[in-house]
Amino acid sequence: MIRDQSLAARLWRFAVWAVVALFVVNLIGVIAAVLVNSFGTRWLGTWLPAAWTTRWYFSAWREFQLTPVLIVTFEIVFTVVVISGLVGVTSAYALARRDFPGKRLVVLAFLLPLLVPPLTYGIPLATLLYRIGLGGTFWGVVAANLVPAVPFVVLVMIPFIEQIDPRVEQAARVFGASTTSLFARILLPLLLPGMLAALLLVLVRTLAMFELTFLTAGPTSQTLVVALYYAVFASGVRAPQSIDAMAVVYMVTTLFWLVIALQFVNPTQIVARAKQRTADA
Amino acid sequence: MAAAAQGVMRRPPLRKRLAARGLDGTTLLVLPGIALMLALFVYPFAYGFVDSITPREGPWFANYHTFFTDPFQYRTIAATLWLALPVTIINVVVAIPIAFRVRLMRRQRLLTTILVLPVTLGTVLVADGLLNFLGPQGWFNRTLMLAGILGAPLKLTNNYWGVFASLVITGFPFAFLLTLSYVTGIDPAVEQAAATLGARARQRFTRIFLPLLLPGLAVTFCLSFVQAFSVFPSAVLLGAPAGSTRVISIAAYQAAFEQYDHSLGAAIAIIMGLVQLVIVLAILGLRPLFYRGPVAGTKG
Repeated sequence: MIRDQSLAARLWRFAVWAVVALFVVNLIGVIAAVLVNSFGTRWLGTWLPAAWTTRWYFSAWREFQLTPVLIVTFEIVFTVVVISGLVGVTSAYALARRDFPGKRLVVLAFLLPLLVPPLTYGIPLATLLYRIGLGGTFWGVVAANLVPAVPFVVLVMIPFIEQIDPRVEQAARVFGASTTSLFARILLPLLLPGMLAALLLVLVRTLAMFELTFLTAGPTSQTLVVALYYAVFASGVRAPQSIDAMAVVYMVTTLFWLVIALQFVNPTQIVARAKQRTADA
Repeated sequence: MAAAAQGVMRRPPLRKRLAARGLDGTTLLVLPGIALMLALFVYPFAYGFVDSITPREGPWFANYHTFFTDPFQYRTIAATLWLALPVTIINVVVAIPIAFRVRLMRRQRLLTTILVLPVTLGTVLVADGLLNFLGPQGWFNRTLMLAGILGAPLKLTNNYWGVFASLVITGFPFAFLLTLSYVTGIDPAVEQAAATLGARARQRFTRIFLPLLLPGLAVTFCLSFVQAFSVFPSAVLLGAPAGSTRVISIAAYQAAFEQYDHSLGAAIAIIMGLVQLVIVLAILGLRPLFYRGPVAGTKG
């Protein structure tokens, strides 16, 4: 585009790219350090471990009981995805199609859980869940994770539904479609790409959601990321390589779904959800 | 009879009147969502507030009194601000020039994908990685020693700097991606027009882009700050949770789930929310000073 070729401008461009490169190198270093350590036998005072092995994965799988942890993780995550999909898409449909009194308040109620950090509302929520006996259970963790998940689906889906012309639905009505067939044959196919993107993002976010799960999970309802936290917290009890092997398992699980999600969304969308609405609120 | 019929004609049935105001069967679809938010977000907040003013003993403000008279507790506010404010300022300020460069990049996707990794993986994994990476024998210290910058390894874990690093690693990509989405929303024609009229790069930035960008930057700053302020796992794992990085979320967690005083825990959580609110309102209070209007060029 418009390129300033003076020396100062070139130096400035170089400095900017240098900062980016420095950040990316350190970031890759952090992730690679976990990966390398999990495959190393002994790593003390050298650049790389003395030799390579995969045995830490077997010991981590045994010590941290990763099979039940993974099963519970996916049970929780998929329950959250299904419920937030059902509730979120219907709410988003109503908010996208109708203008009713008090709508701003409703939008605000969906916006706040995304703006307030989880720990701030997580502590009273967890206290309440323990009070009514849901704390430490499967459904307690699901309930806590729904708080950011449903608004996320709503705010991703509203602009998506708004861009579907309502005349398509009216035309289907004119031709005698019932509500069921209108939904199944007209709306669902049109909504599917948006729903897929929103739900995959919810899946990734719930997999990585530490705070809410940490506050509400009991021994049998821990997700992988909470189990990882406890392992790192109690480091010294287990071999660090074993903990890093578990971290790699967590990383692979999350990245697998992230890669799928990135087929449907732009990386900036993961962060900049509903930015327009944020600016208005 | 005729009068009654007229009355009916003048007043359409309730269903029609509600539909005219936007309330019909479709609107009711929002109810499950609202019910869920009321039950899981609004009610717990109200419950937490009432819980915080009904302490185990003493007057209603006993919990708040405890917090603000115990230096071990009230110093967590300063400790958290001392982490969150510098980190947020650095993240947002560094994100701006980089977003302006990346905006011109043709293949942004690879960079944005790499940067989205720490945001997605979360602070627990980053903390685990940093414990090794920044440790006395980690690659960071080794590289600096190899380059001759350091004589002996720096202590970067289990103190302030460990938490600082983790907040930069997860917070910078967040601030950057948000800024990038605002920067790419500005019509490039505006810059071209300024350049045609003879504005230099610096002038184009300070006179054209910055005013257009400020509202977005304010939001970015608020969201980044709120995230940094509620730092928890990395402050425990990478910091000194009993010392310099005893942040307010640790205090709230310990009160609620280690001392089993949920009333005090709720009070600290509310204080935490209020401090965030004060900073956010202070930033958003500056917004009337900013330009508000279209970010796209007009026709002609």
